[in-house]
Amino acid sequence: MTATFAFYLFAITLLTGGLMVVTSKNPVHSVLWLIVCFFNAAGLFILLGAEFLAMLLVIVYVGAVAVLFLFVVMMLDIDFRALQRGALKNLPLGLAVSGVILAEVLLVASGWQPGTGVVMNDALAGPPAGMTNTQWIGSQLYTRYVFVFSMAGLLLLAAMIGAIVLTHRRRVGTKKQNISVQNARTPASAVGVGKAPVGQGVEL
Amino acid sequence: MTYTGWFVEQFGQGLGWFLANLTLILAIAFPVMVGVALAVYADRKIWAAMQMRRGPNVVGPFGLLQTFADAAKLFLKETIIPSGASTGVFLLAPMISFTLALVVWAVMPFDAGMVLADLNVGLLYVFAVSSMGVYGIIMSGWASNSKYAFLGGLRSAAQMVSYEVSMGFILVAVMMYAQSLNLSDIVMSQKGNVLGILNGNIFNPLLFPMAIMFFITALAETNRPPFDLPEAEAELVAGYQVEYSSMSFALFFLGEYANILFMCALIPTLFMGGWLPPLDLPFLYIVPGFVWFLIKMAFMFFVFAWVKAAVPRYRYDQLMRLGWKVFLPLSLFWVVVVSGWLMFTGHFATAPGAL
Repeated sequence: MTATFAFYLFAITLLTGGLMVVTSKNPVHSVLWLIVCFFNAAGLFILLGAEFLAMLLVIVYVGAVAVLFLFVVMMLDIDFRALQRGALKNLPLGLAVSGVILAEVLLVASGWQPGTGVVMNDALAGPPAGMTNTQWIGSQLYTRYVFVFSMAGLLLLAAMIGAIVLTHRRRVGTKKQNISVQNARTPASAVGVGKAPVGQGVEL
Repeated sequence: MTYTGWFVEQFGQGLGWFLANLTLILAIAFPVMVGVALAVYADRKIWAAMQMRRGPNVVGPFGLLQTFADAAKLFLKETIIPSGASTGVFLLAPMISFTLALVVWAVMPFDAGMVLADLNVGLLYVFAVSSMGVYGIIMSGWASNSKYAFLGGLRSAAQMVSYEVSMGFILVAVMMYAQSLNLSDIVMSQKGNVLGILNGNIFNPLLFPMAIMFFITALAETNRPPFDLPEAEAELVAGYQVEYSSMSFALFFLGEYANILFMCALIPTLFMGGWLPPLDLPFLYIVPGFVWFLIKMAFMFFVFAWVKAAVPRYRYDQLMRLGWKVFLPLSLFWVVVVSGWLMFTGHFATAPGAL
């Protein structure tokens, strides 16, 4: 009973959140609704008995990725009226693209048979006795799927290096702190006592 | 019979479970709130003592009721919402801060078996909730529609995200030793773990540097001095809190101190043996575990207050340098060292699922 209620609560909130992401007028509100979505997805994971994945979803997506999204969106001053100005001109193209995607979704959905996939409260066999969910995932991921797992890691590494290479630029005319020089300063080299004659000041 | 069992017997399955957990939640939240009030008082007293002042000494005996008087004053004030603010987000932000600061206590073991939710991913839960704490701050900074608040919010977001990375690596080292993410298991794994007589990871030479790094990271995560840049009063007035008044400010303030108290409880749990006495001697177990836990918590809070009184504030670029260029490589390297040592000594051979 409680699980069913929780499922519908999370699912409805998730769908509402998703709808609000695309309909919100303010981009910051959109990101905040996206965070609501992530959070409810984590709740659904817990209902499936995958508490490790749920916590990772919250840590990675809510705690890190969405913060950076929010960071960027807050800094950008997005003017929606300017964005919507050319909307009518591009309408046919937009409709064509969304029509293709809709057709694809319908094709997939028509072949889908409900009830053969995951059934509620019917979690997978679960970890072997004496093993927690986390240890189970680890023992599978690092033994049976170790190559797939390493490849995924390499892919992410390549993406990370690519992002850094694309955005890194050497700017001229900027001054940087030299921390070791700063730390090496002593009062003897930093503080001087001088007399300032009236009307002349001191030479520094 | 367990506490929950008694309630289920009296009131039936659903209602009994609900009532049992409700009372347990109140039994944690209420002492935490009183603890926050006393922590604010202790903070001011310690700070005053180090600066040779008297501190609060007028309201009640030794000024003990000063915090309660301050709280009452805040509750009676008017809540002001700036006309340019995004009202919904503006009001939501302090609620999020406060709720998250209370929710995280659910997995804290105060004594053997004395824990509300004995999750087997307890440490990840703590990490998840504390990484969400940044939202209260960044939302308040944006929603206030004020430059000071916005700068404070951005600073805080960058700071908390940066230090979470090295905090994660430190937690990895601890959980490798304990082979568990459950906080009670982590405490029990520290029983006599060093030379068979010392309780606590902090006495382990491999984990001692991690404990020091975790303490500094905890200071940065809770926005305590010397890392209190989000609310650096000399530059940003009060940072993200600047537009808040009355109850909404009080919620931020309470949430901040509840987080600090939680960190003061988490460091003993991870590194100082939680509710266990520092030495694994039978007669020390006469003192209840709860008392040991409170003593360690109070000690950690004293250290927090000590740092606040003694250390000047970091410059922002130094803060970022410390997080990314010092702590991150150091903790990553140390994880490799610790896991290598554990592999070499056969620590993982008994783990379930080991090859």
